[in-house]
Amino acid sequence: MKRRTKLALYASILLFSTLNTAQAETLLSGADARTLAMTCAGCHGTDGASVGPASPTIGGMYRGYFIEIMEGFRSGEIYSTVMGRIARGYTDDEIELMADYFMSKPFVPAQQSYDRNLVPVGARLHDRYCERCHADGGIPLEDEEYFILAGQWTPYLEYAMEDFLADRRPIERRMKQELDRLMRREGPDGLQAIFAFYGSLQ
Amino acid sequence: MKMNRRDFVKAAGAASAAGLIGLPGLTFGANGKVVVVGGGTGGATAAGYIKRLAPSIDVTVIEPNREYYTCYMSNEVIGGDRALDTIRVSYDGLRARGVQFVHDMATGIDPDKRVVKTAGGQEFPYDRCIVAPGIELLHDKIEGYSEAASEIMPHAWKAGEQTRLLRAQLEAMDDGGVAIISAPPNPYRCPPGPYERASQIAHYFKHHKPKSKIIILDAKPAFSKQALFTQGWERLYGFGTANALLEWRPGPDDAVTRVDTDEMLVETDFGDQVKAQVINIIPPQRAGRIAQVSGLADDSGWCPIDFRTFESRLQPGIHVIGDACIAGEMPKSAYSANSQGKVAAAAVVALLAGQAPGVPSYVNTCYSIVGQDYGISVAGVYKLAADGSTIASVPDSGGLTPMDAPDWALAREVQYAYSWYDNIVHDTFG
Repeated sequence: MKRRTKLALYASILLFSTLNTAQAETLLSGADARTLAMTCAGCHGTDGASVGPASPTIGGMYRGYFIEIMEGFRSGEIYSTVMGRIARGYTDDEIELMADYFMSKPFVPAQQSYDRNLVPVGARLHDRYCERCHADGGIPLEDEEYFILAGQWTPYLEYAMEDFLADRRPIERRMKQELDRLMRREGPDGLQAIFAFYGSLQ
Repeated sequence: MKMNRRDFVKAAGAASAAGLIGLPGLTFGANGKVVVVGGGTGGATAAGYIKRLAPSIDVTVIEPNREYYTCYMSNEVIGGDRALDTIRVSYDGLRARGVQFVHDMATGIDPDKRVVKTAGGQEFPYDRCIVAPGIELLHDKIEGYSEAASEIMPHAWKAGEQTRLLRAQLEAMDDGGVAIISAPPNPYRCPPGPYERASQIAHYFKHHKPKSKIIILDAKPAFSKQALFTQGWERLYGFGTANALLEWRPGPDDAVTRVDTDEMLVETDFGDQVKAQVINIIPPQRAGRIAQVSGLADDSGWCPIDFRTFESRLQPGIHVIGDACIAGEMPKSAYSANSQGKVAAAAVVALLAGQAPGVPSYVNTCYSIVGQDYGISVAGVYKLAADGSTIASVPDSGGLTPMDAPDWALAREVQYAYSWYDNIVHDTFG
């Protein structure tokens, strides 16, 4: 997603900088990272550790991904129910501060139920279709880019996957190929098994 | 045993996570006593966050009730989709954080001596006081209505026993009956609340008492999320048709001005009388009683504050948060109270440490469940005006669920509403 959409993102950021000039003069900016991040807790949990059932955990999220997805919400390039409306309230600097804050927080895996019978199949499918890019199901890794999948709330992963499949969320060429292959060979049951595997990693 | 990459990463993750917990961000040197009046969403958030930010500060909450029933999601209890005990929360989480609780009613605050007095005759000295009293219901603004009358015509605008009563009345009602909601004038707690409640009651009627009807008699000519509610009512409850399960009659003509509990009827400003089997009177409101008797409220009945710190403009040393305060463009909602509790907590910690309060940031997010798999929301991101004159919405941000949202998106909003509930309760009381 990153490379493919960068130009579009820059264009939207430019547009926003222009729109927000008037606001900068009349409203006070400069809140610190913790002050900004505390306002997210009502939906995403204290320090970003969501107690579910659907809002994703953002504590421990990779900094670059946090920035990318907030910019995507803000421009509308990534579909959201409510996050676009919220992301448009923050400047680039504020998003970066929040990204730093949440990455510094521990990732707390979701305590959720999952279908135990599907886990072995899901683990196998993950290794075959996802592992090359989502190492270890997206467990936080030191000094590496990662996307939290293992231990993320399953309904959120399902929504995100629906959006990828329906072109509501930009998808990297490589991921699209793997996803198409997975859907062709395994069908929606394959995705359910992979979700069960991620849900089991608590 | 061979350690594979998966095991290794997990172990490393746990170790680094452990290393991150704790010290950064704590404010040392902040000492003193904080007394919080009111253990609702605003007061509980402020108490818990002061302890998170500066554990050495002594925090006491004065709250008559030993457990709290959230108003949020109480409309689902009234509609029957949720049990009352699922909206009951204890104060054990805050106690474990070191917050002390006194289950007594605060009856007065002396801003000169800096003391809070209680009905039980106790006195609690403070260096900073945070007042979060919620609302006072103005029963006597409606002729014939009173606290006693609310046992027959419940308000259910403070959750708990009143919620149980209204639910029991709806269950006992015969199919073919009429229920009334009297919606209050602005400003009041939870602007979309009466309309979500009507939706939930219509949802109950649709599945259990389809010949019945819920009528909203409104003091206002317009209301929060009106277009979205109307669209949902048309889709789900036949709104606007001859068989509508739900009817809305706008103010000022249809404002309820008198009730008769013997006859089970209400009278509107226009003079119409409407009889019903269940009558829910949500009266006009102002800031909670302690704010009135402590000189914290102005002529409007609500509390003017400094928007950066939530310190009262009328009584120094006392901060007012939540529904009771006048918070610029922020609505009177649980999310606002939670957000304001954090801003006030940080300001109090800074002031006690002799530091200048930082730049605040505020958010509101508020869901309404209109029916089965049908959720709508409003969100706002707010900043302090540079001249301190108000709390204003950041331009081009926030707003409502779009009118053309597809069914699957409305279904997601219900799941996010439940996530909102679980997370805000955990953040506030956990």
